[in-house]
Amino acid sequence: MKAVREKGMQILFLLCACASILAVALICVFLFAGGFPAFREIGLFTFLSGTVWKPGSETFGILPMILGSLYVTAGAILLGVPVGLFTAVFLAYFCPEKIYRILKPAVNLLAGIPSVIYGFFALVILVPFVRETFGGRGSSILTGSLLLGFMILPTVISVAEAAIRAVPRTYYEGGLALGASKERSLFFALLPGARSGILAGVVLGIGRAVGETMAVLMVVGNQARIPKSLLDGVRTLTTNIVLEMGYASGLHREALIATAVVLFLFILLINLSFSALKRRAGE
Amino acid sequence: MKKDPLSRLLWFLVWGSAILTAALVAVLIGFVLIRGIPHLRASLFSWTYTSENVSLLPSLINTLAMTALALAAAVPLGVGAAVYLTEYAKRGNRLVGIIRLTSETLAGIPSIVYGLFGMIFFVDTLGLGLSLLSGAATMAVMVLPLMMRTTEEALHSVPDSFREGSFGLGAGRLRTIFRIVLPPAVPGILSGVILSVGRVVGETAALLYTAGTVASLPENLFSSARTLSVHMYTLAGEGLHVDEAYATAVVLLGLVVLINGLSALAAGKWKKGGGHG
Repeated sequence: MKAVREKGMQILFLLCACASILAVALICVFLFAGGFPAFREIGLFTFLSGTVWKPGSETFGILPMILGSLYVTAGAILLGVPVGLFTAVFLAYFCPEKIYRILKPAVNLLAGIPSVIYGFFALVILVPFVRETFGGRGSSILTGSLLLGFMILPTVISVAEAAIRAVPRTYYEGGLALGASKERSLFFALLPGARSGILAGVVLGIGRAVGETMAVLMVVGNQARIPKSLLDGVRTLTTNIVLEMGYASGLHREALIATAVVLFLFILLINLSFSALKRRAGE
Repeated sequence: MKKDPLSRLLWFLVWGSAILTAALVAVLIGFVLIRGIPHLRASLFSWTYTSENVSLLPSLINTLAMTALALAAAVPLGVGAAVYLTEYAKRGNRLVGIIRLTSETLAGIPSIVYGLFGMIFFVDTLGLGLSLLSGAATMAVMVLPLMMRTTEEALHSVPDSFREGSFGLGAGRLRTIFRIVLPPAVPGILSGVILSVGRVVGETAALLYTAGTVASLPENLFSSARTLSVHMYTLAGEGLHVDEAYATAVVLLGLVVLINGLSALAAGKWKKGGGHG
């Protein structure tokens, strides 16, 4: 009787563990099955490289959205990663204990703030700011990059801080002992040791930026065309889905699901490089 | 000692970035509080939502119901999975590798993709419709990897000597798990639960097309129900009730601060409990 219960519970735990496999399988099957008709009807190449998205005339090309996601994410990385990295160095080696006790929870809080709040904040503060300072309509690649750069800060800071702390302090002390300044010891002796970990944080930030939907939706303008300048509005892969899913049907709906498939594959690629980096950082 | 220019530049960048980060946090929170608090009126907490009085109480209750339902599915599954991974699985098992890979994949999927999957699978294929249940099921899949990872970490921090002692006294594996291994891991698991609550509370994109946007109290599990985040998004998007959107943001922010505080508390307790083991 006891053996039966032991065995039964073991199988139950195993089934729980397989839930994640089932979930990924279901997501893949239903997304691919939903998006496949669009790939077949429109043609994979035409879909990916088409520059016109006009659901009204059944023209579906998502190149503008791919570029939109790419530009906004690149901008976010350019703005967010340096600030995040320097802040992580600050938290690990410069920060007085008293400030740390306030700043660290504040960074954690940033990670928990819902994206609608970020989006609303950017809509009423950032959009007018960009409009008045740089011209244009305000809803632009630049605004989206600024917002996303802000949103990936907590991710980059936490991962980079952990990576910096994982490097033995002796690297830093060795630098000091050789007569290098505190800053030089940190940036040229200690940071190279944390490279993989920091890169993992950057990749995680990229994943967050590519996948962000609601906040970006409120500030990038959402025009489905290839932008000519930083101040032009764009539409990203994520916002393309959320904007039109409410009323789409037929081929239009399938094209939106196919957009999600493309997004999913991008994220898969980013995830794989993240796991690879994490494994290397752990070694 | 006088520093060279490069060191001075780096010092300046480090302090500048830290100050910028702190300033951004302060501006964001200050902005929400200053604009929102004056608009927190009692009428926003009335039982019914009308187009004149966009009460947030129904959405708040929906949020609680959604969170409870999602966690009712995700917590047992996540804890069970973590127990299997730490207590049963042998090292280097192929299946374990696949489980890890899929759970990492789940953790990285953007919420809009979850929303679309939930719409296709729960809403259409299973026929649950735009409902509390579809939304909660989608949320459960979304927070599953988080629950698995935090529980696994908590179980790993329980020293092996506990298990060996229990086995040595003749307890079976099951008894060891429930009596010896899980109790000291509870604070760690709890911090995972709280983080999951935070993700459900903050979610919008995955709920728009699974739980829908009906702003009243649900009659049953199959009624469409908007959560507080969705409520705020709709208010901000319509542009008719901006003041109320600010007030909703205050309530939402309050929830997040509360959740973060609880999570830090639970994690602190866990570290203290596991440290001397």
